[in-house]
Order: sequence, then C-alpha cells, then structure tokens
Amino acid sequence: MSKRVIVDPITRIEGHLRAEVIVGDDGIVQDAFVSSTLWRGLEVIAKGRDPRNIPLMMQRICGVCTYSHYLVSTVAVEDALGIKVPYNAELVRTLMLAALFMHDHVVHFYHLHGVDWVDIVSALSADEAKASKLAFKYTPNPIGTGENELKKVKEKIAKFAKNPQGLGPFANAYWGHKTFRLSPEQNLIALSHYLKALEVQRTVAQMMAIFGGKNPHPQSLAVGGVTCVMDLLNPARMGEYLVKFQEVAEFVNNAYYADIVMAGEMYKTEPSVMKPMGVKNFLSHKGFMIGRNDYLFETGIIRDGDLSKVFDIDEDLITEEATHAWYKDNEPQHPYDGTNNPQYTGFVDGQSIGPDGKLVASKNINEKEKYSWIKSPRYDGEPMEVGPLACILVAYAKGNKRVESVVNGFLEQTGLPASALFSTLGRTAGRMLQTKLVADNALIAFNNLIENLKVDQETCATYTIDKNKEYKGRGMSDVPRGMLSHWIRIKNGVVENYQTVVPSTWNAGPMDSKGVKGPYEADLVGLKIEDLTQPIEIIRIIHSYDPCIACAVHVMDTKGKVLSEYKVDPLYGGCTI
Amino acid sequence: MKSNSLFNKLSSRLDELSNLPKLDDEVSISKLVEEKGFSRREFMTWAGAMTSMLMLPASFTPLVAKAAELADRLPLVWLHMAECTGCSESLLRTATPSIDSLIFDYISLEYHETLMAAAGWQAEQNLENAIEKYKGRYILMVEGGIPHGQSDYFLTIGAHGKTGEQSAKEASANAAAIFAIGTCSSFGGVQAAAPNPTNATALSNVTDRPVINVPGCPPSESNIVGTLLHFILYGTLPALDVYNRPKWAYGLRIHDACERRGRFDAGEFVEEFGDEGAKNGFCLYKVGCKGPYTFNNCSKQKFNQGTSWPVQAGHGCMGCSEPDFWDKMGIVHEPLGDRLYHTTFGGLGADATADKIGVGILTVTAIGIAAHAAISLVKKPKE
Repeated sequence: MSKRVIVDPITRIEGHLRAEVIVGDDGIVQDAFVSSTLWRGLEVIAKGRDPRNIPLMMQRICGVCTYSHYLVSTVAVEDALGIKVPYNAELVRTLMLAALFMHDHVVHFYHLHGVDWVDIVSALSADEAKASKLAFKYTPNPIGTGENELKKVKEKIAKFAKNPQGLGPFANAYWGHKTFRLSPEQNLIALSHYLKALEVQRTVAQMMAIFGGKNPHPQSLAVGGVTCVMDLLNPARMGEYLVKFQEVAEFVNNAYYADIVMAGEMYKTEPSVMKPMGVKNFLSHKGFMIGRNDYLFETGIIRDGDLSKVFDIDEDLITEEATHAWYKDNEPQHPYDGTNNPQYTGFVDGQSIGPDGKLVASKNINEKEKYSWIKSPRYDGEPMEVGPLACILVAYAKGNKRVESVVNGFLEQTGLPASALFSTLGRTAGRMLQTKLVADNALIAFNNLIENLKVDQETCATYTIDKNKEYKGRGMSDVPRGMLSHWIRIKNGVVENYQTVVPSTWNAGPMDSKGVKGPYEADLVGLKIEDLTQPIEIIRIIHSYDPCIACAVHVMDTKGKVLSEYKVDPLYGGCTI
Repeated sequence: MKSNSLFNKLSSRLDELSNLPKLDDEVSISKLVEEKGFSRREFMTWAGAMTSMLMLPASFTPLVAKAAELADRLPLVWLHMAECTGCSESLLRTATPSIDSLIFDYISLEYHETLMAAAGWQAEQNLENAIEKYKGRYILMVEGGIPHGQSDYFLTIGAHGKTGEQSAKEASANAAAIFAIGTCSSFGGVQAAAPNPTNATALSNVTDRPVINVPGCPPSESNIVGTLLHFILYGTLPALDVYNRPKWAYGLRIHDACERRGRFDAGEFVEEFGDEGAKNGFCLYKVGCKGPYTFNNCSKQKFNQGTSWPVQAGHGCMGCSEPDFWDKMGIVHEPLGDRLYHTTFGGLGADATADKIGVGILTVTAIGIAAHAAISLVKKPKE
C-alpha cells in the first residue's frame, strides 16, 4: 500500500519548505508535492510607495541572495523611467555581482548542500596520509589537504562525534546512509574544505562590502547608478578587491572544482542523483556585463533537452497561475497585469510515516486543492527550470566560447557525457561551472573599469519622476539561483503595481491547471527511497536547486477580500498593533 | 567605587557559572583556542576589543575572557519566522579576530534551520529535545517577524503544521534569555510595513517573557555576539533603552560618531549622487541620510570586519534599527524634511527621550540639522 512521507522543515535552505511524497511498497515515489509554508506579501507592501524606496525594500525578500533583488529591482525602476546608467556604475554592479555568485555558490555547496554528499562521520575513519595524496588526483594545487591539516580536521570532528550531545548542528542527521558514495578519505578532504569555506565566505562578503558598504544587504545603489564613487577613486580600495578576488578564485579552482570532479567520479553510478530530470526545459537571461555589449550570460530557451536549438524569449509569454497556490485567481496572468488575493485553505488531517517508520497522524497536503504559497510560472504554458545549469546549458548550446571551455574541460576530466548534465549531479556541477566562469572572467570587468575611470568618472545618472506620467518597466537577469525578473508600474509618482517572478518560483511551484508539475515535483516522481525514515534522496534533489523560498513566495496585488476558510481579512481585519 | 562593585558582581556571576556542569567534558575553550592556532595573547586582544565594545572599563578584560571561556555551557536555539535569513548570514560573517567564529562554533547550537544537518522529523526532534533537556537554561534567538493572531497560518513549520507563533511561544516559555535578532523579530520588520498583509508582529508581542531587541537589517555580527557575551557576564538583562535595545550597542546615535560629521558641521553636503561633493566625502544628509534619527553603533563598529558601512560607501543611513523605519523614515534619498524633529521615538521626537537614551546634546544637534538644512538651501556646497 502506498504511504505518505513528509519532510518538513527542509533545512539548510532559505525559507520554509515542505516536500510530501506518496511512496509505493517498492520504495518508489509515485507522486510528489512541494509546499511553501510562509507568505510575507512584500509586493502588496510595495504598492503606493516611492519607487526610489523599492529596491532596498525588495532586497529584503532574501538575505542569502542579498544583492540579487536589490540589483534587479533597481534596474526595473531604471527601465521604467528610461534611465541610462553610466558605464562605471554598470561595471561596479558587476563586481558586486561577482562577489554574490562566488559567495552564494560556495556557501551553498559546502554549508547547505555539502552534507547531502559528504558523510562527516565516515571521515573519522580516514587515513590522512592517503587522503592528502589523493587530493592531487583532482587538482595539481590542493587547498587545505596537507597531512597535518587533515589530521587536525579529523581530531576536531572526532571530539564532536564522541559526545552525542556535542554534535550540535550535525546532530541527528542521516549519517551512514547507503547512498553516500565518497570514501572516508574523500569525505575528509571535503570536510576540510567545509571548514575552509567558512573563512572564504567571509572574504567574499568583504569583497561585496568594499563597494556595497556591508553584506548581507549592501546599500550603495541608487536609481541611476551607484553611490560608492569614493571607493572607486581610491586605488587602495580597488587593490583590496583584487587581492581578495584572487584568493577566492584560487579556492574555487582548486577546492570547489576539485570536489565536484571527485563527487562526479563517485556518484555517477548512484541512481538517485543520476535519474533523468522531470522537466527538461531551460530558461536563462542575459546578464553579468563585463564590458560594452559583452555579457557572461546569454538569453534563451532550451526545450525538451534538445541542445541543438535555442529559442529566443518572448516576454509576453511569461505568466503565473494559482490553481494549486493559496491565491484566489487561478487563471494565468502576465506579471504586469496580475491581481490576486491570498486564499489559505490549509492542510488536511491524515497520516504519514513517522520518525520510527510507523504511520503517525499528521497534517497533509490536499493536492486536489490549493497547497502552497508559491505560484506556478509558465513560459508559453510550459514549466521551465531556471538556475546555474540552465544558464550554462543555454550558453553552451549557443556556442559561447567562454562557457564551452569551462564545460568541455570538466566533461573531459570526469569522462562524463554531456547528457549526464541533465541530472541532480549535473545541476550541482552546473552551479560550480558557473562559479568557475565567474572566477575566470569577472576581472575583465575590473580591468575595463580601471580603463574607463581614466577618462570618465561619472557614477550616477540624474532623472526626474513626472507625477503626471505613467511608467512601466522590468529588470531581468540571471542571478545565482536563475532567471529573476521584477516588473513595475508607476502612476502618480508612486508604485501602482509590483511583481517579481523569482527563480525558486519557477522551480518549486505546484502543479498547474493541467496537472503539469514544475521541476521540483517532477524530479521527485520515480525516485527510489531506501529508508522512508531517512529520505536523504529527496533532500539531495531539492537542495540541488538551491531553494530560496522567501524569494519564491509573493503575490502581485491584493484587495483584501474576505478569505474563504478563516473569514479573516488579512489586510484590514486582523488586530492592529 | 562603582566600577569596583560591578567588577565584584560580575566575578561572582562567573564563579557561579563555572560551577555549572559542562555540556561537554571533552573540550575546553583554551584547548580549542590553541587548536585553532590562536595564542592566548590574541585571545586576550579579542577580549579587550569586546570589553570596550560593551562599554566596560579596560580592567574588565579578564572577566570578558573568562565569560567567553564559559560560553560552552550555553545551549542556543535559533528559530526562523517570517524572515529573509539575512541575520543568520550576518552571524556567519563573524571574524576579526576570527575568534568570534570560534565562540560560534563553541556554543552548543542545538537548532538552526539554515545550518543544521538534520531535516524533517529529525530536525523537529532536535528542537523538542533541546527545549526539554535544557529547560530554563538555553538561550533563544529568534529571527523574523511573526504572523500573528487570526492570521498566524501565514507561517507553519513541521509535519503537524504548527504555526510559527505557537513555536515561538513554546520556545520562549522555557528559555533562560530571549533575544530578538534583527528588526523583524524586534519590531515586525519589512513584512509588518503598511498594510501589513500577514499581521506580522514582534516577538515581544507573542510572549509574555522579557525580550531583548537586537535590531538592524541585519544587525552586525558584533552586536549579536556582544549580546550573548553580555548575558553570560551579567546573567541579567542589560541596560535597555525605550525599545528594549541594549544601550551598550544602541545608545549611540549614528550621526554623533559619523566619519562625515565634520562635513555636516561645515555645511558641506552632497547634492546629488556622483557629484563633486560625493567624490570628496561630503555629508549625505541632503541625499537622505537618516543617521540623525538612528541609534546604533555602525559608525564605530562598521561591517564585515571593519571593511565599510553604508555612509562610507556614499549612501545615507536608512534607519534600519529603528521601529517601523520602512513607514516612518520617508523617502530613502530625500531628507525627512518637515519631520526633522519627529524621530520614531513614539512620535514624541528624539529630544523628549534624550535623557533616557543618554544623548544629552540631541536637542542642540537637532536644531543644528534644521539650521544647516536651511543654510544649505541658499549656500552653494563648498568644493
């Protein structure tokens, strides 16, 4: 008989997310549903505000991809007002974006996704001399894998392991699970990088703070450009960025890259991460300007995994619908024109597999009705995967030389065919390849900035907002989690409507009106789960998308009508504080 | 005299703590300090820096060092409500000296959804176990606003669909001390901005236990770690301002310790971003700096190991550690204008609470701001 398995909370992500699957006696997932369990309503709050305040406010959608929304929201306002941003400002924004990509992807792989691949407890039985030697197999210049360093790492973890109360954040995880594939020595190498990456992420954050004032939540953009002109004109400051960049790039090339090559070698025979994807459509948008008319990322769509043809994007074909999302209006709407109201219908009483393998009472998803705060974005009616892999695949299929060199190098070294990229492992590798692309090329922007500053020191354009005019515009770019777009309408000098279509919305959305699943759900169907009380296979797939759920959850507009179930008006009916 | 009795009080507090059973007999912090490659001297340097941050006399440095060594006796539970994880990210940035992160490693982090390896049922068990096992002894830190009352369903966590509000209430009930980390859990934050569609509110509105607010969007890592240390040292709530913010961190007005204060006093203002004034580090008041209305130590501590802070990056303060700043601080790149005297202090104006927050000259400077703003309207900015 089929049973339900609920994973809630899915930890090591941004936000609040539940995965719920129906599993047959053979342990294979027959059906899967993903639900976000938090709504904050930031787009409702944006309405009626001064457009200049919106980028800082939208930045608060997410503190992990902290710069993504700040940048794209600023670009949306500039697009609406028809502002041409000075070249210097564009390049500085790129330097901050470079820091974001390198920060986000390194932290994701090591601190969020890493323990899905690396068994920390297994590292305890590693031979550090062997491990130290093994590290050279994956890179000529290993980092943090000297025999003595590895010994210290091992001792540190041994202390944790000896005392179950002392495991702290590592307690009660799925250690020893059958699907862990790395050898003890390989686990130890990765564990050493986990600790090293904690230092590296601080350095990358400083890189962003040099031009951003702080990180998380930098504060140096203005509609029209950037404010950090003093930092640009200070050679010591520029040098500081350069040195830190090189240090981080070193880690990307000799630890992150090497570890993915290592994981590729060991996991390419693990079915749960090599299972073909459920959705094979990929969407990516131009971004990451490194010079005049020179961008690292390309625009395009791949349909049904066919790399021989890349389609252009028609922005009019982007819609969101809410058949299974907790909003009133079900039909597909274009981001400029949507009007929706929250309509929470909650979970239903049911049973699911408890922590000891027996059925226990639980609140279950009612998949026939609405079940998530995330809507279902569609392009021309079809679901799309967005993210680093989509970005890499689109550029690769378009014959982009920089991307070809990174991807082909990786495939040669691992002996994997290009088709292996269409998997959970491929998605995780794609993120690393994008990081390498940034690490290898972002300094082109740095050099162009230096050159341009010699002849031009403009950093911020001026503009006026005419209260008698109506404006509309959008910002669109690939950011660390994929294609992000912000859509704004301005009327009477204030925000008339605001909408974000976010990467994790594309990936994590529920079924549409035709019952077609988005990437997360479709990927889970057909997955074999070894142990229903330790569903690490589910977590590995979900994490491979790098979920950012606070980002994914939003609504375009709400009139504050009475809700169906609770009879509460969320806008005006609750108690005021 | 006064400082002597405080010294004695803190010493006896630490003696009490050292008699508590350790969570883990295997490790001592001094050993860990060595393993991480820190010398005792570096450790004391760090303790000295923390001592001055907490506004204690230098003679207290050994006590701060001792408090840090006792930190392992503190289990920490960190809950995520309606939030963006920026505060957790800020905590991850701790470094200079990198020993801040050692403390972070060293406290017993029992529950933290972003960092913990366990998920699902196992994660829930970790939380329940921690609350049960360390009843009355754990520190609770909460990040995020809380959808409240009849609309608490805007956040649920776990297979039983427990609401965030319920979870925060339960964890608060048995905590030794409760810290609202960030502006969201301190005051409701961005989701509570008008029209507050989810009815999000501050942690202090859902529990009847005392809550210490550590606002900021996000607060700096040193304010988070400092708060923890302060509790270890005193064992009681720190001196607080009217918004339950520790005075040692939030007693100072951004404007008073600002590196561009001299420009303000000289009437030299940036008129537009990117102009000559901007290139020369003029005051940002006229392009919207809310430093005169904001209480925090950013201008002293800065962010990311002293790398920078918004004003250094040429952007005004947005007032992010003040209650309801999204609604009350006006347009981000314009001065508050006719609201010069109306800070967020309950609408009373900063001068009404000046003595409580210990900034006696506030009235004078507020007049100064008005005067400068008036003068600069007719006076061209200096080169």
